Amino acid sequence: MSVLTHAAIEAVWRIESPRLLGGLMRFTRDLDAAEDLAQEALLAALERWPETGVPDNPGAWLMTTAKNRALDGVRRAKMVANKHVQLGHELSTAAAPDVAPEVGDDVLRLVFVACHPILPREARAALTLRLLGGLSTGEIARAFLVPETTMAQRIVRAKRTLGEARVPFLVPEGEALLERVPSVLEVIYLIFNEGYSAAAGQDWVRPELCHDAMRLGRVLAGLLPQHAEVHGLVALMELQASRLKARVDARGEPILLMDQNRARWDHWLIRHGLAALERAIELQKPLGAYTLQAAIAGCHARAATPEATDWLGIVALYDALVELTGSPIVELNRAVAVSMAFGPGQALGLVDELVEEGVLERYHLLQATRGDLLEKLGRAAEAQQAFEQAARLTKNARERAVLLERRAALRHKLAGDLN
Amino acid sequence: MRVMVIVKATKNSEAGVLPSEELLNAMGKYNEELVKAGIMLGGDGLHPSSKGKRIRFAGTSREVIDGPFAETKELIAGYWVWQVKSLEEAVEWARRCPAPMPGEESELEIRPLFEMDDFGENVTAEVRERDERLRDQLSRQTQK
Repeated sequence: MSVLTHAAIEAVWRIESPRLLGGLMRFTRDLDAAEDLAQEALLAALERWPETGVPDNPGAWLMTTAKNRALDGVRRAKMVANKHVQLGHELSTAAAPDVAPEVGDDVLRLVFVACHPILPREARAALTLRLLGGLSTGEIARAFLVPETTMAQRIVRAKRTLGEARVPFLVPEGEALLERVPSVLEVIYLIFNEGYSAAAGQDWVRPELCHDAMRLGRVLAGLLPQHAEVHGLVALMELQASRLKARVDARGEPILLMDQNRARWDHWLIRHGLAALERAIELQKPLGAYTLQAAIAGCHARAATPEATDWLGIVALYDALVELTGSPIVELNRAVAVSMAFGPGQALGLVDELVEEGVLERYHLLQATRGDLLEKLGRAAEAQQAFEQAARLTKNARERAVLLERRAALRHKLAGDLN
Repeated sequence: MRVMVIVKATKNSEAGVLPSEELLNAMGKYNEELVKAGIMLGGDGLHPSSKGKRIRFAGTSREVIDGPFAETKELIAGYWVWQVKSLEEAVEWARRCPAPMPGEESELEIRPLFEMDDFGENVTAEVRERDERLRDQLSRQTQK
């Protein structure tokens, strides 16, 4: 038998810790106490397993060990507060963990505690990664680019908030469940985007967050298989992530979707993402916001070449998304799709409407899109103005450079035409 | 990281012996666990090598060889692709698999999929660029 490494035990821990914590939470009703017991079980494993090997049912081993520690604690203290006596009683009368029928439920309860709307979004994300992703505080801190002490405090505060508010260890039911699911999805998508927006950089820790988020999403899809939007979110993340490697060039410059080398797209993720999308579509009509976005990403994923893109389909999906969200940014994206499906003239009309409404006047992509459409329509002088305005609005230096380049190119072309 | 978990062929799998209902149930449960853990990206079982073919390359010749192939131990009967945090995690999941070939000694083999990042600092921007160009050409050829 090979030597049992620390890494092997850590791997078991990652697999087992959500179930272990969920199970312990059911008895302690206290996140801190549950985590302490789980940690003690982990320490015991680190001590014993290198000699004995990983037991056949490591989950049950960890659970039994944690419960015994709790009982030891109670016995040692002899006279303790009522709460603990009760705890000891519950623990000693509890059914063996490996026959507990509601293991999945325990994990799901943990999800709803970690993503409770009483917590700020960042705290929810951190707690979710820690309790359900099996990440250490240090790993979470590195992923979110904050010092470890800051992250530790954030987690402590979150746990205190949950304790003080006496957040119940329950899966909400009926209407309440429908109300709470979006806040869970939001947290998972936040984790994903944290990784996705950083993935162009040199740092490899943060793109790992995309994988953590996708994994959490898939776990949630297993726990809530009837919820269409959970599958929709999984599909959206996987289809977006399938382009991670294709969206920057050798020098780290971003590559636009239409210019990406599609052979570099991740076809395993596309396959899995399209299957999740199909499930989401089967489960619920009209489609929810995540599913609609996933369906748009799916149109791109299915197109072997940029020319093969189903732009009519994409416009129809944007129609539904505009109706659902009422977001002017979605309307702008729809205009781009309209330009591809019906030509820049029609799209310019839509963009000009948005300009008149004035809601996106500080959003550089409004003028950048307008410039692009004007250029395609041969209205170079107006296009120059639009690019200049967009360049003034963007906070991103690289983007500004690209916009100013496009303006300069138009100016040269104009000058050339005049000569 | 991504791994391929390969189920090695055995005498029975090569003979086309179908899995028992018991094994199908156990495997079904195991696959469900993998899905619920969020690590499963896909996988398939393979027909015995008697339904397969080989193409042997030697110099300029291309010889097509019909199955079955003799070296049972080197053949594969199926595979999964998993997205895991570490090789150790893949090992731990593989340990939990029901014996894939009851009544016979069998093996799972775990192999990490190649990713460009695996080359680490040895990959200069130029190498990456060459790789991109190559892939670009390939994709253009396959699109034609």
